[in-house]
This record gives sequence, C-alpha cells and structure tokens, in this order.
Amino acid sequence: MAEKVLMKGNEAIAEAAIRAGCMHYFGYPITPQTEIAAYMAKRMPKIGGVFLQAESEIAAINMVYGVAGTGFRVMTSSSSPGISLKGEGISYLAGADLPALIVNVQRGGPGLGGIQPSQSDYFQATRGLGHGDFHLIVMAPASVQEMADMTAKCFDLSDKYRVPAMILADGTLGQMMEPVVLPEPTEYKPDKPWAVTGTNCERKHNIINSLYLKPEELEKTNFERFERYKAIEENEPLWEEFMMDDAEICVAAFGIAARVSKNAIMAAREKGIKVGMIRPITLWPFPKKPFKAAADKCKAFISVELSMGQMIEDVQLATECKVPVTLCNRAGGMIPSPEEVLEAIERAAGGNK
Amino acid sequence: MAVVFQKPKALTDAPLHYCPGCTHGIIHRLVAEAIDELGIEGKTVGVAPVGCSVMAYDYFACDMVEAAHGRAPAVATGLKRALPENIIFTYQGDGDLASIGMAETVHAATRNENITVIFVNNAIYGMTGGQMAPTSLPGQVTQTSPYGRDTATVGFPIRVSEMLSTLDGPEFIQRVAVNNVKNINAAKKAIKKAFQNQVEGKGFSLVEVVSTCPTNWGLTPQKALEWVEEKMIPYYPLGVYKDRSANKEEK
Repeated sequence: MAEKVLMKGNEAIAEAAIRAGCMHYFGYPITPQTEIAAYMAKRMPKIGGVFLQAESEIAAINMVYGVAGTGFRVMTSSSSPGISLKGEGISYLAGADLPALIVNVQRGGPGLGGIQPSQSDYFQATRGLGHGDFHLIVMAPASVQEMADMTAKCFDLSDKYRVPAMILADGTLGQMMEPVVLPEPTEYKPDKPWAVTGTNCERKHNIINSLYLKPEELEKTNFERFERYKAIEENEPLWEEFMMDDAEICVAAFGIAARVSKNAIMAAREKGIKVGMIRPITLWPFPKKPFKAAADKCKAFISVELSMGQMIEDVQLATECKVPVTLCNRAGGMIPSPEEVLEAIERAAGGNK
Repeated sequence: MAVVFQKPKALTDAPLHYCPGCTHGIIHRLVAEAIDELGIEGKTVGVAPVGCSVMAYDYFACDMVEAAHGRAPAVATGLKRALPENIIFTYQGDGDLASIGMAETVHAATRNENITVIFVNNAIYGMTGGQMAPTSLPGQVTQTSPYGRDTATVGFPIRVSEMLSTLDGPEFIQRVAVNNVKNINAAKKAIKKAFQNQVEGKGFSLVEVVSTCPTNWGLTPQKALEWVEEKMIPYYPLGVYKDRSANKEEK
C-alpha cells in the first residue's frame, strides 16, 4: 500500500492534480487557497509543467480555456470572490464543452466578505456559475484524503462528459493537515479528436466555440448538453450514509459541516436519539435517491450548513417536502459547533425520544 | 494558363459577412498570405475575438478558438503554453483589445508571450452598431457620443502601439494601415514579420492595423479611405514602435 503523508488539503489537491496528469495550472493569489498556487509554482517547473500567475482570475480562467481547447488537463483554483470573476470564463467552458477543473476553497461573503471558511457558494456552484443554461460537476470533499481522491475523479468525469468540474471545499479543509495516501502518478495523453492542435493540413479545421447565431442551432446544443447532464444525474451521484439504518432524524450536511455533524450524531445516539446523516459527496448531481428514500422513514430533516441555508432547498426538493426540514447554520466564516448541531437534533426529536 | 491571382490556402471558402468597403477582408487576406508563405497553416491555431471579426473562426482554415470579449491574449497564452511548437495568433478589434481586454493585452505583452496579435483599429464598435471605442477620435460622432467625443468627460483615445512600446516585454510593435496599395504592402510585410518572429521564438509581436468602418462612420467606402488618411493616421502615426531584435543588431 502507498505511503501515508501529512499534507494540507490545498497541497493535496495540487499534488493529486499533477498525479492525474494535469501539467497546466493558472491562478491568482487569494486567501484561503493560495497554497495550491504556491505548491504548483514550486513543482511545475521541476516536472516540465506550466505554472503561470495570471494578471487576474479572469485571465486565469481564459488561459484554462485555451489549454482545455488543446485537450490537455488543466486547472485553476480560487476562493469565493475570485470564483465570481471566473464566472464568465466558466460559462464559456460549459458552452464550448471543454473539460477543466476549477477549485473553490470557499470563504465567507457576500462581497469581499471574510477569509474564514464558508459554504455560501453552494447556489453559485450548483445552479450554474455564470450566464446561460449549464451545470458543473460539483464535488464536496470532507477530508484531505477526499480532496486528493476527488481531484482525480473530477478530471476523469470532466473528460468523460466534456463538462467542467468543480471541487467545492472551504477554508478549513484547505488549511487543515491530515494524513493522506496520494494516488499513483499517471501520465495523461489526450485523445480528443475535437481539440485544436493544428490541422497538419490533413483535416478540416476544429473550432472551439460557444457562439451560435441561429437560435435553432443554439437550442440543439443545449438539448444535446442536457442529455449528457441527464446521464450524469443517472450515473454519477455520490453520497455517504452514516447511521441511517434505524434513523428517525436525518442530518444533511456536506464538507466540514458533515464532520461536525458526525460528532453531534454520536453524542445524540448516546442520549438514545435515533439520528443519522446523509452526506452528499456530489452536490451536482445532487444525490436525490437516498433523500427520497429517507423521507419515507424519517420524521425530520436538519440541514447543517455554513451559510444562510442553501443546500436546504435541494433537501426539500429531494424529500418532496414530505417531512419538515429545519436549518442549523452559522454564516460569515463561523462554523456550527457539535453542541449547536446536537441541540438542533434534540429539538427535532422533540418529546418523542 | 498561369494563375496570377488566387485565394490564400489559409482562408476557407466561406463567404465573408463584412460590410462593403470594410477592410477586414483585406486584413484577413494578409494574415492568410503570411501563413501560406511561412508554410505554417497546419500548426497554426487562431483566436477570434468578440466584435465584427467574431466569425473569423469560419474564415481561417487553421484550427480556431472563439474567445470571450477581450480575453483572446489570455486564451492564446493558454494555447501557446500547451502547444509551444504551434503558432498562435489573435485577431482583435479596438473595443476587444484596448477596452475590455486591456489587462490581458498589457500582461501578455509584458510577459513577452510568444504569440502574434493582429489588432484592427477602426475607431468604433462596429458589431454593436457604432458606439464610441477607446480609439474613437476626439470629436468623433458615434451612437454613444452623439455630440462628438468630448475629451473633457470621456477622455482621450488610447494609442495602443505607443503605450505597449514603453514596456520592456514585447518584441515587436508596428502600426500600419490598409487604405492604399502602398500601405497594404507595408502591412503585409509587418504581419508576416509578426508571424516570423513567433516562428523564431522571439516573442510578443503586435501589428496595429488602422482600418475602416464605412457603415458606422456614415461614409462611402471611398470617403472612408480618405478619412483614414486625413483623420486617423495623423492621430495614429504609422511606423515601427518597437523591434527589439533589429535594435540589438544595430548595436
């Protein structure tokens, strides 16, 4: 078995990306994700890769667009305000069906907000980050190990479906150190007949493009893209169930909120409350299936979030509003404590415990 | 019978959509001729802008990428870094390059990114119907400067070639025009040099081409060419603004 190393979450993403064959990184400094750029700046020149600090997040995402068009694996990373700036370029990536990885190590908002961890970009990530009808594949790690594993997975899915992928982490996960087993290095050889690599005067030119002036043609591209989204929704949802077998109360939480919730759930179990958790691992596609099933046997849901309540809407949709869904949250860079989550569980349990 | 005139191979057969008297067609041809003469079509990737030449991707026979408004130099940077052996060019208008994309332009230049930039300056936003551009002349009447460009409130036109030539980074910057045969021949030479520089790995080479927009200037094609000579060129003097390799050779 591969060796365990102690790494920061941000560094694990960077190293895992290199090991997934990503030899091109473009970024711009912003807290709390700058370790990714710093790691790439150190490593890329030593292995013949490209690290470039762009003049802005806007330029960085467009450099990503350029590399993605050539078929090579490419990524950028930023934190909330910077991701807003990348929104334009991400819409173009989606419109041109280009694979790429975007990492958002979230901080509190809106505006310049703060630099402490947050999950308040959930809507932005899952509802289409930019103008037009589109989705990203969005994965939410809850450990440094998952940050490494999801990086490789995101590249694979992004290539498979020609849909840009995002890792939606937060400042805590990015900064914290944990033991991690890194994936084995792979060399990535693009095999993408649509890529722009020069025609060699042997084929008709390839065009990377999102412009269709004829509405019926543009509609066709949207329909075709949504067929791929449908396949992703069918095949790719991932989630973890924790103590759900006999659960009467279901906590919904992702990322760092799920780790806090696990402690609260174990404390509640000691008090005899039958509570479990569904942790979405993919935020888009949202794992509707386990929530739908849980809605038939649980009497209450609690969405634990580092935001004013965003994922709660997906929980309500997935449970078809059959049972009440309450919110247990902190915002602006604050993290709910296990005690706060426990209280919310006890409230939901009411007199029935 | 000998062929004395033919379409460059680097252009497709797609009919151009440009207005009568617009000089984009000439500039497309010059770019394609340069590509043909250097024998680089098979390894060239072009980047089209947003603006009148947005559909340049249909006209050039090489691989093409359509960029977001102003972002072509960043997209070209990505392409060149991934494909260092290929030839990467951008084709951009004044709104694209000198307004919304100024940051990308300046930084690609200062990095001496080994790309070729064709900058078409016609002093107006053509595609959207004739609004004031960063290069519109003082007093110039446009849809968004209906009383003439008032420099007291909206400032002065930007001379891109002069400005970029103050940077240490770029290799080659020249301003040309395509309003008469003599200038077209000089433009051809400059554009070819801008590609040749990239082939030789010399770095960022930009050719600013003073161009026409008869439709939005409200002039006939003939009058538009005269306007270039009488109004544009005095404000935007033609010439080589930077040629690092040539200067080195002299020294």
